[in-house]
Amino acid sequence: MWIGERIMLTDEERRAVEKEVTDCECPESASVEALQAVQRYRGWISDEAIRDVAPFVGMSPEKLDGVATFYSFIFRRPVGRHVIFLCDSVTCYVMGHENILEHLSQRLGIGIGETTPDSRFTLLPASCVGMCDHAPAMMIDEDLYGDLDGAKIDELLEKYP
Amino acid sequence: MERPLTEHLRKDGQALSIEEYENAGGYQGLRKALQMTPAEVIEEVKASNLRGRGGAGFPTAMKWGACPAGPDVRKPKYVISNSDEMEPGTFKDRLLMQANPHQLLEGLIISGYAIDAQIGYLFLRWAYAGSAKSLKGAVREAYEKGYLGRNILGSGFSMDVKMHTSAGRYICGEETALLNALEGVRPIPRSRPPFPAQCGLWGRPTVVNNAETLSNVPHIIRNGAAWYKSLSLSTDGGTKMYGVSGRVKKPGVWELPMGTTIRELLEEHAEGMRDGYKLRGIIPGGASTDFLTEAHLDVKMDFDSMQKVGSRLGTGTMIILDNSTCPVGLVLNLERFFARESCGWCTPCREGLPWIVKILEAIEEGRGEPGDLDTLEWHTQALGPGKTYCVHAPGAVEPLQSALKYFREDFEQHIKEKKCPWKDRTGKN
Ligand SMILES: Cc1cc2nc3c(=O)[nH]c(=O)nc-3n(C[C@H](O)[C@H](O)[C@H](O)COP(=O)(O)O)c2cc1C
Ligand code: SF4
Ligand code: FES
Repeated sequence: MWIGERIMLTDEERRAVEKEVTDCECPESASVEALQAVQRYRGWISDEAIRDVAPFVGMSPEKLDGVATFYSFIFRRPVGRHVIFLCDSVTCYVMGHENILEHLSQRLGIGIGETTPDSRFTLLPASCVGMCDHAPAMMIDEDLYGDLDGAKIDELLEKYP
Repeated sequence: MERPLTEHLRKDGQALSIEEYENAGGYQGLRKALQMTPAEVIEEVKASNLRGRGGAGFPTAMKWGACPAGPDVRKPKYVISNSDEMEPGTFKDRLLMQANPHQLLEGLIISGYAIDAQIGYLFLRWAYAGSAKSLKGAVREAYEKGYLGRNILGSGFSMDVKMHTSAGRYICGEETALLNALEGVRPIPRSRPPFPAQCGLWGRPTVVNNAETLSNVPHIIRNGAAWYKSLSLSTDGGTKMYGVSGRVKKPGVWELPMGTTIRELLEEHAEGMRDGYKLRGIIPGGASTDFLTEAHLDVKMDFDSMQKVGSRLGTGTMIILDNSTCPVGLVLNLERFFARESCGWCTPCREGLPWIVKILEAIEEGRGEPGDLDTLEWHTQALGPGKTYCVHAPGAVEPLQSALKYFREDFEQHIKEKKCPWKDRTGKN
């Protein structure tokens, strides 16, 4: 990576990161929030983003990457405009998660971990999303949905252009 | 029947506002606590027999009492609400946080007063945007009314509350990993001792309690330990948020007396199995507890009774295995979860869980061999208590070891017939 190519945080991103840092007890403890803040603007966390956020939270890029790669919700690869988190934990398994996965894969033409060619959806697995009384369940972006079946899924997808 | 945690919830599921909460007796517990000494608060909670609702059932007052007090202790001290709730099959804290955020907050402030903490944290999971919104609003209202901040209600006690939203890893709910998560470093568990009560967040005395545990505290202080104990059908005090999920008629979560039987939960509240399905197994308290069977229907769901029959109350939210679901497939699903969520810090857990998954996959796909069950048994020992930094690994092998006991014939049938008997029956794994 050439220094000349370096993409820095935008002013807006910088302000968001600095806000997280001032809200926290010490800069390091803002690492997860700072990454989430930048991810809100960019959709994902690139190597450049890691490098640019690191000094704000007083960490080396390597140490910050150790945090970033740990979490499922920090994306270290590009994702689509919307991310579908399909719960694959125990109750959803019992209640037919496999059928839901099959339906989603067919509708979107992608498997788990993939993004549609038009970058509209990325499909990811999620551990229990706390909707077991309405299993099978999933999240789209930050919205929780339960009691899924094919028809309901088709309807829901329309809400996310 | 009294249901202190949930009886005042709004019908529309929206969060109780501070006025609604106060009209239902809210913040009376805090007012009363501030008239008592911290030691008296701890004493009252001790007398109530409140035990932790996060899974392990540790007596709450004992944890608070282990926090060093006095002028020489390094400050700030911390209290933390563990609101990570990621145990598969568990969906109880979400309701409490989203619909009654002030109750949790009041509990957090009282526990802060009890150990003389200056800062409280609400550690939230990423998937609960609704709870985050409720709690954020509640914190703002509490500051405005003087329940938080400097010199709370003129008592001289001051405390601030901060919120942290995690980014999705099960292990962050383990209390020492949670401390690392709050410090912003890679959230792997810490070795104990020292325990967080002595040396927690940034090395300061820290109490970590489950969100449901804390939600009980205002009621104990307001109505007294004797009243609290009288709510329970067992020696542990109070009510419990119980849940049932799986192929039952009415899955859900209910607040009921501690010690309610499995039968009552399953047959009365969940209204029994769906038509055409039969009960085969019960995982009583979230993914990391041992299976029980029909023979245990009359066992009480409390800490000691569950332990006596070889399982744990855990989170009190049970998962039902029915006759249309392959037990081997179900255990494989659980172990895949545990393997994926292992933090990878210690070898038995990092290497052992994927090994278990491999063997279970082989059995489920008809490639199982006669020695496989022995290898699985061996793993339940090798990953058992005391072999790893945290109890993720021992928790992971609890459903496995009991499945090998109660569903042995199913495992053997897979190996003998070289296929999963459920596959042709339902087309489902
Ligand atoms: C892998 C793992 C995950 C855990 N997840 C949670 C959790 O999501 N919520 C929780 O309250 N406790 C969780 N615990 C238990 C905590 O470590 C701790 O015992 C609990 O927060 C203490 O609160 P309590 O005494 O009020 O039960 C987890 C433990 C382990 C080993
Ligand atoms: S038991 Fe597993 S989750 Fe716990 S510290 Fe070891 S590797 Fe991490
Ligand atoms: S198991 Fe899928 S929401 Fe809990």
